[in-house]
Amino acid sequence: MLYRLFLKELTLELKRKSVISGLALYLFSTVFIYYITFSLHQNVISPLVWSALFWATMLFTAVSTVAKSFIGEKKGQDIYYYSIVAPESVILSKIIYNFVLCSLLGFFGYCLFIILLGNPIADIPLFALILILTSLGFATSLTLLSGLAGKASNSTVVMAVLSFPLVISILLLAIKATKNCIDGLDRNASYDELLTLFAINCLVTAMSYLLFPYIWRS
Amino acid sequence: MTRSWWKIVGALLVVYTLIGGFLFNVPRLNIVNETVRALYFHVPMWFGMVAMFLVSTIYAVRYLKTPSIINDTHSGSFAKVGLVFGLMGIVTGMIWANYTWGSPWHGDPKQNGAAIALLVYFAYFVLRGSVNNHEQKARLSAAYNIFAFAAMIPLIFIIPRMTSSMHPGNGGNPGFNMYDLDSKMRMVFYPAVLGWILIGTWISTLIIRIKIIDEKIYELEDKSH
Repeated sequence: MLYRLFLKELTLELKRKSVISGLALYLFSTVFIYYITFSLHQNVISPLVWSALFWATMLFTAVSTVAKSFIGEKKGQDIYYYSIVAPESVILSKIIYNFVLCSLLGFFGYCLFIILLGNPIADIPLFALILILTSLGFATSLTLLSGLAGKASNSTVVMAVLSFPLVISILLLAIKATKNCIDGLDRNASYDELLTLFAINCLVTAMSYLLFPYIWRS
Repeated sequence: MTRSWWKIVGALLVVYTLIGGFLFNVPRLNIVNETVRALYFHVPMWFGMVAMFLVSTIYAVRYLKTPSIINDTHSGSFAKVGLVFGLMGIVTGMIWANYTWGSPWHGDPKQNGAAIALLVYFAYFVLRGSVNNHEQKARLSAAYNIFAFAAMIPLIFIIPRMTSSMHPGNGGNPGFNMYDLDSKMRMVFYPAVLGWILIGTWISTLIIRIKIIDEKIYELEDKSH
C-alpha cells in the first residue's frame, strides 16, 4: 500500500510537470539573485556566508516543496483516501516522497551553488550525507505541519509560522556540520552533529506517525 | 479551605524566597558578585515553564484519547501560563546578562534556544486562533502541542550543551554546584522552584475556571435569544 501511494504521488508529479519545474526555477532564480546582488563576478563571498545562504535557500525551497503536499489537495480527495487506506501509510508515503524530492532539489541547489557561487566544501561525501540527513529532517517535520496548516484558514501563513521555529534545531546542526566540512576537519569531529540529526529525524518521524491519524480524522 | 492548602503553601514559599533571596548571605565570587541572587528568580522561571508545558502536553495527549472540551481548556491555559513564565525567564536573564556579560542580548546558545522555544509556543496560539471550528481547533492544537514539546527537548536541553556557552553551568563555567559552596543557596532555590510551580498551577486553574464560566454564560445567552 505504501509503495502504491508513493507511486501515485510520483505519477501525479510527473503528470503535471509545472510544479517540479517551477520549484527548480524558483531555486535557480534565488541563486542567480545571490550571484547578482553580491556582484560575484568581481567579489568572493566567505565560506561562512556561503553556508548561511545555502541553508537558508534549502529551508525556503523545502517549505514551499512540502507545503503543497496537503495544502494543494482538493476538498473531497482526502475523504476518498480515508475510506480506502490507513492514515499511517498516507503520511509515510508522503514523507518518503517529500524526502526524495527535497534531496533531489538539495543536490540540484548544490550544483547551482558550485557553478555560480563557488565550492568551499572540502569533504564532499560528508557534505552529501549532511544534505541527505537534513532533507530527511525537513521532509519529516514539514509534512505533518503541512497537514496541520492545510486545515487552518490562512494556511500559507500558518505553515510558515509553525514550521520555522521547529526546523531551526535541524538547521543549526546542519550549519555546524557544514562548517566542519568547509574547514576540512577530521570526520570524527562531525560525528556528534550527525548522530543528533539522525536522532531528531527518528523522533520526528515517530511523532508524525503517531499524531497524523488524529489530524486526518477531521 | 482544606483543598486550597497548596495555594497557601505556594504563596508562603514565594514570599519566603523574596525575603531570603534578597537578604540571606550569598557566596562572594568574582565578576558575578551580588548578581548571583538572580539564580533565585531566573532559574525557577524555567523550571516553571517546563512544568507548565509538560502539564499542557499531558492534557493534549488526554484530549486525543478522550476528546472533551475540558481537556482542551486545560491544555491551552497551562500553555499560556508556561509562556508567561518563559517571558519572565528571558527578561530576568536579560537583566542579569546586562550587568554580568555587558549587554542584555548576547547571542548565547541558551538565550537563542529559549527564544526559539517561546516562538514555537507563540505559533501554537497562532494556530489556535486561525481555526474556526471548535472541535477541529482542539484536535489540531493538541497534535501540534505534542509535536512542539518533542521538538523543544533537543532545542533547550541538548543543542546548547553541544556548543560552548557563557551561561553558568555550561562549557566549563561554574554552575550552581560551584557557587553553592555551603549548600545555603539550595535552602532558597528549591523552595523557590516549588513555590513558583504551585503559583503557576493556581493561575492556570483560575484561567480554566474563568473560561468554563464564560462558556456557560455564552450558552445561557444563546438559549435566551
